[in-house]
Amino acid sequence: MEVLNEFLKTKGIYSLVMILFFLGIYGMVLAKNYMKKLMAMNVMQVAVIYFYLCFAQKDGGMIPVLDGITNNPNAYINPLPHGLMLTAIVVSLGTTGVALALLMRIKEIYGSVEEVEVLRRASK
Amino acid sequence: MMQHAPLFIVLLPVSAALLCMFFSRLQKNLGSWLVIASIVAAFMSAVTVLQQVIADGGKPIHYWMGNWQPPIGIEFVIDPISGILAVLITFISLLGALYSLPFVKDEGWLHVGGYYTLYGLMTVGMCGMVITGDVFNLYVFLEVMSLSGYGLIALGGKKSMLAAFRYLLIGTIGASLYLLGVGYMYALTGTLNMADMAVRAAEFLNYPLFALAVACFVIGFGIKMALFPLHGWQPDAYNYAHPGSAAFIAGCMSKVPAYAMIRFLFYMFGVDTPVVRAALDVLGILGVAGILLGSVMALAQYDFRRMLAYSSVAQIGYIAIGLAMGNMYGFIGAVLHIINHAFMKSALFFVIGGIQYRFGEVNIYRLGGMNKKMAISSLTVTFAALSMIGIPPTGGFFSKWYLLLGAYTGAEYFYIGVLVVSSLLNAIYFFRILEQMFIQREASLTEVHPHKGKLGLPVAMALPIAVTGIGIVALGFYSVDIVTDIIKLGLPEVLLK
Repeated sequence: MEVLNEFLKTKGIYSLVMILFFLGIYGMVLAKNYMKKLMAMNVMQVAVIYFYLCFAQKDGGMIPVLDGITNNPNAYINPLPHGLMLTAIVVSLGTTGVALALLMRIKEIYGSVEEVEVLRRASK
Repeated sequence: MMQHAPLFIVLLPVSAALLCMFFSRLQKNLGSWLVIASIVAAFMSAVTVLQQVIADGGKPIHYWMGNWQPPIGIEFVIDPISGILAVLITFISLLGALYSLPFVKDEGWLHVGGYYTLYGLMTVGMCGMVITGDVFNLYVFLEVMSLSGYGLIALGGKKSMLAAFRYLLIGTIGASLYLLGVGYMYALTGTLNMADMAVRAAEFLNYPLFALAVACFVIGFGIKMALFPLHGWQPDAYNYAHPGSAAFIAGCMSKVPAYAMIRFLFYMFGVDTPVVRAALDVLGILGVAGILLGSVMALAQYDFRRMLAYSSVAQIGYIAIGLAMGNMYGFIGAVLHIINHAFMKSALFFVIGGIQYRFGEVNIYRLGGMNKKMAISSLTVTFAALSMIGIPPTGGFFSKWYLLLGAYTGAEYFYIGVLVVSSLLNAIYFFRILEQMFIQREASLTEVHPHKGKLGLPVAMALPIAVTGIGIVALGFYSVDIVTDIIKLGLPEVLLK
């Protein structure tokens, strides 16, 4: 029990994030539908974002806004990973947008977004 | 003005690319010329910066964005090697931009503007990736490069959509793994600046987390540079990419992540670290497998572009084994091969794009009598083929020579055997093309875009073909200068010991 508690306290959240990450890759590999592949890709990207937010977290830390009273940096959580992840969210939005546009064109050309169907028609 | 030259390498093309759509709306060709002019300016800034670095004896130039000092601010670092790669990228990009003009001539303003916007952004992404000194900034430029790359690949026609979509899925895994690796390194060291991270990482070099981060970097960049088992996206992507941009995509897009990997493994972490040493061994094995399988697969293709794509897998293998040797000559060979291969592959894609433009043909068994119809292109193919095989005085010989020297000094004789075998395989599949072009009787081809005159192609296309053809030979003649004046100045410190 002690061991389990220790594990959950120190590594628990990271294990969950990693499971989420690889679930995303698993979905991308195994899904038979391109739309589902795209959704799995988003899951994977969100896992990376979670990972950054997790290690920015600090016990008892408050939001990183300088209020003039607490000038001790240890009292704040680390704002930099959050800033980085804003960029990463924008990037993932862009990627999803491009992917959706491509999927629309694939649907127009092949009449389907099912992998088997598209590959069958593409090889003709 | 001059001290801002490093910034202009990315600032001018990004502004021009973003304004391109607007100007294209006003007048169809205005946007494209704006982008081309900005790439010329970027090329000139890159040359100026490189000259400055060489004049300083290889001391890197640091440019601080908004004068925010590192490690807090983002900086651009130009050392001799990133300088020469920036020059290379902007040069190939310039040739490709000129070369694309005839392809988009008959299209509407939306197509022309969109094409050049993406093209400009891809140049920005690549240049940014080589000159940035900040690991997260590198991620942003990587995504700028990739996203515009997906767009350019998708512009190639009906079949290219699928290729672009699959590349997008696989490429995003690569980028996410890189981001994850950056997260690990940030959690360990608390900094994002490359130089600062290199100093602070020194005490963590035997942590398991560090090994995980290195694995993430190697796999992430491996996907982006199409290292052997991760190259699944590449043949389709090169095959169906827009013929105007295929040369730039094939020539530079896989080399830039390779250089990013060099930066991490050689400049930041150092090859004497056990973890990095292990990563390099893996790179070596994958490189050898890629060289052999890529060459064999290239033999089996009858589509010129697809053959070149598989040959790229093999050439990336050369770069990988050059790095895997982990000594000075191997490193020089790898960097020199990045430069040479960018020229060779661009030249070959320029030529096949030209044949595709004029005759609509890409099958290598239907190129008979091409030497009479397109003399310059045939000559360029000859130079590029000789360089691919590694016959002096072309550039390819010298990069292979340094790789052999590296394998010899590192006493890794297995690599020598692999290099010899793969050169023979290269000879088989390139002489097949030369035989078709020069010896076989003329194939009956219908001209899609008829062209009379000596050049055989519009000037905007013939010029890049001729320049890359001459460039391949010139790189051979000046390879000694490139190595002693530029690459040796920028060698990572670990290799000098």
